[in-house]
Amino acid sequence: MSATGSGYDLSVTTFSPDGRVFQVEYAAKAIEKSGTSIGIRCKDGVVLGVEKAIVSKMIMNESNRRIYTVGIHNGIALSGFAADARQIVNRGREEAANYKSYYASVIPGKVLANRLAGFVHLYTLYWYYRPFGCAVLIASYSPQGEPELHQIDPSGVCHAYHAAVIGKNKEAAKSELERIDFSTFTCREAIREIARIIYKLHDESKDEDFTLEMTWACEESKKKHERVPAELLESAVKYAKDLKAKEEQDSDDDDDDDAPPAST
Amino acid sequence: MEGLNPYGSNPKGYLSTPGPDRNGEHMMGTTIMAVEFKGGVVIGADSRTSTGSYVANRVSDKLTKVHDRIYCCRSGSAADTQAVADMVSYYLDMHSVEIDSPPLVKTAANLFKMVVYNNKDRLMASIICAGWDPKNGGQVYQVPLGGTLVRQPFAVGGSGSTYIFGLVDATFKKGMEQKECEAFVSKSISHAMSRDGSSGGVIRMAIITKDGVERKFIPGDKLPFMKDE
Repeated sequence: MSATGSGYDLSVTTFSPDGRVFQVEYAAKAIEKSGTSIGIRCKDGVVLGVEKAIVSKMIMNESNRRIYTVGIHNGIALSGFAADARQIVNRGREEAANYKSYYASVIPGKVLANRLAGFVHLYTLYWYYRPFGCAVLIASYSPQGEPELHQIDPSGVCHAYHAAVIGKNKEAAKSELERIDFSTFTCREAIREIARIIYKLHDESKDEDFTLEMTWACEESKKKHERVPAELLESAVKYAKDLKAKEEQDSDDDDDDDAPPAST
Repeated sequence: MEGLNPYGSNPKGYLSTPGPDRNGEHMMGTTIMAVEFKGGVVIGADSRTSTGSYVANRVSDKLTKVHDRIYCCRSGSAADTQAVADMVSYYLDMHSVEIDSPPLVKTAANLFKMVVYNNKDRLMASIICAGWDPKNGGQVYQVPLGGTLVRQPFAVGGSGSTYIFGLVDATFKKGMEQKECEAFVSKSISHAMSRDGSSGGVIRMAIITKDGVERKFIPGDKLPFMKDE
């Protein structure tokens, strides 16, 4: 996938002969090493989950947030350069407040996502700016609307998703997510599923230790974007850990190491 | 005394011919009104636009569309209210495309408030914004001179409204049907036109529901009430 830019990759305002803007593609690379973020849009709400690598034991709990609330009913989860994503979050908060002030109603998820996509895209147009080195997942559940999940990547492209993954292991996570029947999936099930996928794809030998940060905006939370209740998160983590331990045991027992473990 | 001077308030009085001030600011003396009912709103207005004592337009239309199911009744300076209504219509247009659905009446009213309040020292505009949207049905909002925004079951405005406060308060009942609202509006405006020198002409009404906007017209000689006929 990576080709040498050979001179066409020095500036974001240069196209290559085959019509690519290499700087934007390189920006996307910055995300591939970052912790996985998963979002699932369910029947009754949206759930976001992020794998936060523990960089240092000295960092105080909860001070390395990876999911932020924007305008009460929306949440933004990030992967990639956290500082870059903070700019997107701040802009999102301004957009939400501005919209409320002009139009006297809560900003719909689609509008917020499109505005932020335009903002991100802006930074791919000028020589003196660099593109954002992050991708974001936007979960929304506005009072007069339905649950929505959008993803924005560094090129400024924005789509609505049933489920989306950004960060490392995203291909593997995507194939896990494709098995879900979204028309009946509930938020409580999604919490367990996200925990299960993140734990499953985490490689103890290669990756650092991590904590799981999860938020939701659903009927239970009265459509407000907030942290998943602690007991739910704990039980999901326990379920994921138990399942992983069981699968490892099963695959150890099997003669054929490549046999896929039975999954629920 | 000013009033007796044939040159009026013209600063170059001794140079120009006597007569009404045809280049002065056009005002809409006006009586405007809007009433909410279950399926929508009934709005109404008189049709007199005056410049001083000269009636510049005796058949004006003060009910202005800002979106398919949202109208405003304009009173105050004719130029100011036209400009404000144009601005709101522009913003609402773009907004309805962005959200991909008809705008809320509350949104339109909020835009009126923003423009009037932020320019309160430059404008003389008193507006009633009324319409129907799928979420909240028929609604009436009033944005008077200072830029307040207030939702009411019915609203009256303009110079003629002062003469009918008693009448509207006595006649209004909650839960009126469309036909009762129409009668309420035409009777009230009629009374105001009969007492207020700055209101007159014909009564224009519009009924806004989910099915569309129906315009009604009552000519000056068919008014429900005119004192001393």
